[in-house]
Amino acid sequence: MEDVKLSRRFFLKSSGGAAAAVGGVVIPIQNAHAAPAADVGSTTLPYPKKAVGKARGMPMNQAVPFSYPDASSPCVAIKIGNAVPGGVGPNGDIVAFSSLCTHMGCPVAYEGGTKTFKCGCHFSVFDPEMGGQMVCGQATEDLPKIRLQYDAKTDSVTAVGVDGLIYGRQANIL
Amino acid sequence: MPSNIQDRIALPPADAQKTNMTCHFCIVGCGYHTYKWDSSREGGRAPNQNALGVDFRRQAPPFAVTMTRAMTNTIKDRSGKSWNIMIVPDKECVVNSGLSSTRGGRMASYMYSEDGVGRNRLKNPQVFRGGQWLDTNWDDALALYAGVTKKILDTDGPNGLLYDCFDHGGAGGGFENTWGTGKLMFSALKTPMVRIHNRPAYNSECHATRDMGVGELNNSYEDAQLSDTILCTGANPYETQTNYFLNHWVPNLSGSTVDKKKKWFPGETAAAAKVIIVDPRRTATVAICEQVAGKENVLHLDIEPGSDTALFNTLFTYVVDQGWQAKDFIAQYTRGYDDAVKTNRMSLEDGAKATGISVDKLKKAAEWAYKLKASGHRPRTFHPYEKGIIWGNDNYVIQSALVSLALATQNVGRRGTGVCRMGGHQEGYTRPPYPGDTKIYIDQEVIKGKGLMYTIWGTNPFQTTNNAEQHREVLTRRANIVRDAMAKAKGVSTAQMVDVIYDACKNKGGMFVVAINLYPTKLADAAHVLMPATQPGEMNLTSMSGERRLRLSERFMDPPGSAKPDCLIAADIANTLKALYAKDGKADIAKRFEGFDWKTEEDAFNDGFRRAGRPGVEPIDSQGGDTGYLATYELLRKAGNNGVQLPIKEVKDGKLIGTEMHYSDNKFDTKDGKAEFKPAPWNGLPAPVAAQKAKHKFWINNGRANEVWQTAYHNQFDPHVIGRYPMAFLEMNPADSDSLGAKAGDIVEVFNDYGSTYAMVYPSSAIKRDQTFMLFGYPKAVAGDVTTEWTDRNIVPYYKGTWASVRRVGTMDDYKAKVSFKERRYV
Repeated sequence: MEDVKLSRRFFLKSSGGAAAAVGGVVIPIQNAHAAPAADVGSTTLPYPKKAVGKARGMPMNQAVPFSYPDASSPCVAIKIGNAVPGGVGPNGDIVAFSSLCTHMGCPVAYEGGTKTFKCGCHFSVFDPEMGGQMVCGQATEDLPKIRLQYDAKTDSVTAVGVDGLIYGRQANIL
Repeated sequence: MPSNIQDRIALPPADAQKTNMTCHFCIVGCGYHTYKWDSSREGGRAPNQNALGVDFRRQAPPFAVTMTRAMTNTIKDRSGKSWNIMIVPDKECVVNSGLSSTRGGRMASYMYSEDGVGRNRLKNPQVFRGGQWLDTNWDDALALYAGVTKKILDTDGPNGLLYDCFDHGGAGGGFENTWGTGKLMFSALKTPMVRIHNRPAYNSECHATRDMGVGELNNSYEDAQLSDTILCTGANPYETQTNYFLNHWVPNLSGSTVDKKKKWFPGETAAAAKVIIVDPRRTATVAICEQVAGKENVLHLDIEPGSDTALFNTLFTYVVDQGWQAKDFIAQYTRGYDDAVKTNRMSLEDGAKATGISVDKLKKAAEWAYKLKASGHRPRTFHPYEKGIIWGNDNYVIQSALVSLALATQNVGRRGTGVCRMGGHQEGYTRPPYPGDTKIYIDQEVIKGKGLMYTIWGTNPFQTTNNAEQHREVLTRRANIVRDAMAKAKGVSTAQMVDVIYDACKNKGGMFVVAINLYPTKLADAAHVLMPATQPGEMNLTSMSGERRLRLSERFMDPPGSAKPDCLIAADIANTLKALYAKDGKADIAKRFEGFDWKTEEDAFNDGFRRAGRPGVEPIDSQGGDTGYLATYELLRKAGNNGVQLPIKEVKDGKLIGTEMHYSDNKFDTKDGKAEFKPAPWNGLPAPVAAQKAKHKFWINNGRANEVWQTAYHNQFDPHVIGRYPMAFLEMNPADSDSLGAKAGDIVEVFNDYGSTYAMVYPSSAIKRDQTFMLFGYPKAVAGDVTTEWTDRNIVPYYKGTWASVRRVGTMDDYKAKVSFKERRYV
């Protein structure tokens, strides 16, 4: 079957011409100007750099626990096995997330079979292959994503920041 | 340029203003608190430095706080001053005990700010001129509205004036606003040509149960903690009544309320509840119940679509044949039992054939729900239901069958029981009686060319009605006749424009369309005038929940632009008309428009809810009954997020005392107080639906999804939600989508004799072959385009019942790249 590519415009039009275009808009959250105390002049928090592990040595499709940006913030890294958005490493398949559910802070568990994070408290499910997107559940935020860097020379994966607010914090850096 | 900081938020200082807010989305009505403070300040991390009292100097443990970026916003008041707000769940509220849902947890984001989710809100009245929407002031908009209304009223009578108006609570509703609009439509204009937000006539969704003497909201949420068995039909509470399910059902299913049951019901066998879920589809709720209760305590009766009545009649018959019915209760407090036994009789074999459920499973369901407990006591079985019945195959008949079953087993009036709708919106009904003696199928009147002016008030039939495509096409065509006439009228005054509009409606088949809403909505494609309304937080608003819990959501901010509460818009319209008639010297007609001299929404509350049932007051249908007058704003403010359960019994020591359960005294809402059984023969599918089934392969089941509230009027501008569902999804069995050559995220056309719509394929092995589930009421892809015009005797549509063909039309790279298509059911 011939693959017909349809544009957003087509759907806006065919759905009756919405009064305002929707989708793909980033809404800035202004209520966020708690300045980082330690880093005057910076618009980002002073995230530490922290080694997560060697890419080639990471087990496939299993949760590798670590903490970031400090010892009281549990995270996991996953080598998914296929390239994913935001993935690093030689195959672009390594991602990491806070393992505290953004809803009420329960630990999320990684399930290799479905490649999802699941929260047993209120049944939220997150997709590490789609940037931590909530698949279904009661959270109002996707799972915070740990920004990773990969150094090909040393094969090392390093955590360098966090996208999204970690549960139970006013700011990601305590 | 605003920053886009995602990794920190401003805390409310300890002295931040704190007000009550009941979540204005689903019926559950979770309690929240709104904090508001000067945006140049913020609270500290030490527990005594922030209003939440949480120590943010260290990682907070699970459940210590529910606070996310979505629960914050920065707003401006009319003077231009900036304020931070935070809206977080209330731990002391007995409804949600501090839980937030993914919908309610986003309330703060949905309050108006210039550059936030609400930036597309209507700010001022607008008139469609020169091919575009242009702001105008209220005086102009009201002059046009009242001018056309008066002309129609004088020349054609009230039947020329059509209304599609909310009748619920929560956002776009509430006791203040149902009263204001109701008084305008029913007492002042006296038009019977009115339909309701989600159905094409002025009717109830619960006629049958009410006719039987059993109001549909007859227990408390707490009763779901106390049941032995929950028999849930056509409802998916994890996704649509979330914290009712999480905070009241789950503890019972997991066994953590066993001690409470022993205490409340001494001597009775008490165990973790079993749950029977009647739904053709395996829902998220089924999956989660299995996790919580264990598969052995969950019975999913995945009946053939539309066979609910057959199921209930079979269970009813089996109960009677086993002698499990409540003989004394039936003899003393009911009538019509023998007729119902005769008419509703259905053998296990016939029931199995009709429903597709095996005889063994049917017996098991009956035993779980109705067989006496080991202690010899009658089981306490709660019968919740929602759109599977409300929008099912003959609303009146299914409800009759279900409530007959609940009555026969005395599952009403006892704690831990109840036969209750779960609900969609909150409730909030106070209106003068409807001024007509028949139910009028308004959509069909529009299609037939009837009516001259259509006010669409807080509703969106383009996205939510049945047979939606034909209705939308006809209304748009008729509206365009008026648009053309208005465009050709050059340099005319408002009075002249009234004549132009009237002529286009009266003589050329046009319809003058006015939409009153928070947003322009899809109605802006057809309308001529838009008027901006407010939501809770921008006005004081009272509603009641699914357990009749009345709360006041307090105003804490200015509405956008010149937007007004619906009740005050209604008052403006009435007062404008009063002045026009007075000017005409028609004092008798002007008198009909008196009684709208309200300055605030509280005036409307006092005029409606609090006057109902008082001596000498004209008839008012009010969910507050004749004790509504006891509820003042002041007392409700004091009652906070726990409010009071209607009807109010008394005020004691400055506290409102309410009613937890109806019919504890076995006196039902009929003339003689006896509950009435209703015969409910099962008649198969209605002819128009059966015709679609014969021609088209797929059942197009449809309904809400967890993340989306109703028409997505806010959600469509929220990246978190629209990023998840950029268009309506269609769940299909993977073998079916494969057979169409469609992969996850591909676009399909869904079409039948009624219309065609498009959806994004979401394969799921939880869906049966030849069945689908489509997100209902979405801005992009309207499921109602393929539903039939068939309704029950009271003009309640069978939204859930249609069949269609499906074909792949293409793909959207964006969707595939950005949307997760993993299983939504927790497994």
